[in-house]
Amino acid sequence: MTRFIERHPAWALIIIIAVAVSLWLIFAVWPPGLEDAIGRKRVFLNALFNGITLGGLYFLVASGFTLIFGLMRNVNLAHGSLYLFGGYVGYAISASTGSWILAFIVAFILTALVGVLLQVLVFRRMEGQDLRQTMVTIGLSIVFADLMLWACGGDFYQIQTPNWLIGPIELPLITAVKSSGEPVYLRYPLVRLVIFLASVIIGIAMWLALNRTRIGMIIRAGVDDRDILAATGVRIQIVFVLVFALGAGLAGIAGVVGGTFQSLSPGEDIRFLLASLVVVIVGGMGSIPGAALGALIIGLAEQLGSVYIPTYAIVVTFLIMVLVLALRPQGLLARR
Amino acid sequence: MLKGSLGLIALSSLLLSGTAFAQEKIKVGVTATLEGTYTVLGEDGIRGFQTALNVLGKKVGDKELEFVIASTDATPDSAVRAVRKLIEQDKVQILLSPLSGDEGIAVKNFAKTHPELTFINAASGAQETTYVDPAPNFFRYNMDGAQWQVGLGKYAYETKGYRKIATVGEDYSFIYTQVFGLVLEFCGAGGQVTNRQWVPLGTKDFASVIAALPDDVDAIYLGLGGADAVNFLNQYQQAGGKAHLMGGSIMIDQTILSSKGNAKQALVGTLAASGQADTWEDPGWQKFVKDYQDAFPPNKRFPSPSLLATNYYGSTMALILALRQVNGDLSDNQSKYKAALAKIELDAPNGKIKLDANRQAIGTNFVTEVVDDGKGALFSKVVKVIPNVNQTLGYDPAVFAKIGLPSRTVPECKKY
Repeated sequence: MTRFIERHPAWALIIIIAVAVSLWLIFAVWPPGLEDAIGRKRVFLNALFNGITLGGLYFLVASGFTLIFGLMRNVNLAHGSLYLFGGYVGYAISASTGSWILAFIVAFILTALVGVLLQVLVFRRMEGQDLRQTMVTIGLSIVFADLMLWACGGDFYQIQTPNWLIGPIELPLITAVKSSGEPVYLRYPLVRLVIFLASVIIGIAMWLALNRTRIGMIIRAGVDDRDILAATGVRIQIVFVLVFALGAGLAGIAGVVGGTFQSLSPGEDIRFLLASLVVVIVGGMGSIPGAALGALIIGLAEQLGSVYIPTYAIVVTFLIMVLVLALRPQGLLARR
Repeated sequence: MLKGSLGLIALSSLLLSGTAFAQEKIKVGVTATLEGTYTVLGEDGIRGFQTALNVLGKKVGDKELEFVIASTDATPDSAVRAVRKLIEQDKVQILLSPLSGDEGIAVKNFAKTHPELTFINAASGAQETTYVDPAPNFFRYNMDGAQWQVGLGKYAYETKGYRKIATVGEDYSFIYTQVFGLVLEFCGAGGQVTNRQWVPLGTKDFASVIAALPDDVDAIYLGLGGADAVNFLNQYQQAGGKAHLMGGSIMIDQTILSSKGNAKQALVGTLAASGQADTWEDPGWQKFVKDYQDAFPPNKRFPSPSLLATNYYGSTMALILALRQVNGDLSDNQSKYKAALAKIELDAPNGKIKLDANRQAIGTNFVTEVVDDGKGALFSKVVKVIPNVNQTLGYDPAVFAKIGLPSRTVPECKKY
């Protein structure tokens, strides 16, 4: 932290000011002039929270993507299909058993299994051939998309939110003060907060697993130098299968999340593949903290954009990607 | 050797039969949005089309109709691509296309490059398609989005007592046209439209849009369709929304009313207007509903046909009946057929339909309210039937022209 301030005093100052301004925007009661200029505080706070929770969903998809890339140098363009597959599995389970939690577990296990099959049957056969792997995953994503269209049709599915999660809760954030002096608190959908918390927990658990456990150490070593790691006697193929299963399983969980607060339909696979590509390009390929930061930035940009500049909202995310590619092509938090 | 000669015989017989039937076939290309946000709408459109074929049959005199279906995704370029493929590769002579507003404008413009062919609009409802620089070979047997809103504004103002409303709609021509019709009538009656929000087609995350809805209005009008509408309702429920709702023609429609999940319950009591009403008692409508229900097993259709099914049914009806009037004669650049299409008066399930000078439908409109049938299924119930709605919505054409074309901000909220 201090090293960062010493090395980049100007950037540090800008970041501190930005943080201070956003904290003030979140906690202070807005003066009337500001409300006239940029709209009501409720809208701003909602957009901010939505951006953060959407970032949570993007993180779930992108973390698996970036993990697989980091270890195996394999750009898995069928990742979006795994997302959609997980979502459909989650829908089937929640519709037949009525259990939302069970939907997550089964979706995780089944997509992880698909991931294992992909790794064992496809990627192991063409190890180290980046281009071939990329082409094969594009092909697979098209095949999967058509198979899912055949099985589930073009209808859109929504996973039923469990009753205890429906409706809003009041957060201790004041959005306005009524003329009687009574404060109005922010009401926010509970399900989004729960999903966000879950993705934070998953993120922290992944970070701990990578940095504090033996298997995490092996994975990190594999990211740095696969060949040396294999030479030390680690059975690298098993590590690959494990990581692929985890990454795919996370995409499956994300599918259930996406099916709960958005909806599932053909085309969602491509949308989430694109989103996770943008997220990891912004954050840095292969970096978990990078995926978290990238997901947060893209989520916020989409939501704040949709409120404040609706016409150009779609462009904003790509603009960010272009800027990052121009100024820091390796990504914001890349290791090298 | 034996295999080879067998293959040759099979091939030559195929060729022979091909030439033998060639003169007796009329090829028709159909497009529908079978991909993307409006997939469900496209699928039900095709069901309406098939219901029409079941009822009317595929024979025209001694000729047989042959259909080729192509898929689009509600974007104009996908529609033009599909239509071009149907014309150039499949050599169709008549087109039944397209489904969605922006597609309609693009296909109408494309129709001008093929004046020898006939284009029959399947279901699209942007005003511009037939109002601005219409193509002489493009015929539309459904009303446009503004016609489909006739009656709604007045009913909301006078009967429901709404004074101030806000709108949320998808950002493209059909919804512009719908909001155009609503605003014109509601503001004409004395109401106020305080805020118009536009979201891109295919928006998934509406949470911020929902947060930005104003609280100080009597009702919120939703001009959304397909997956967008379902996503909106789901998130609206999660956010605990409680406002009165009003709906556009594809919002209050079986495509949404019979979607899975319970978010649609928010729509009970919602006012809407459309070219049809699910519970209309007219025998023609009831017969159509029965034909539709009989044509497909219950899990492969909606409880009652959607607006898209009805539009595809009506358009297919016009296509076949006019073709029968000229006995399948498509000679002389299909001129006899086009003349028959322009003159034909349809006894469509949703009321009588005839065309104006721009080949745009004049038809019947319905103001509806959403009701629960007691078993959890939602239907739109008729509260008012308005016959003979034309494209200028009863305005003098000169006055109507001054209002301007539907867009994000047109018309202004005032009395014209």
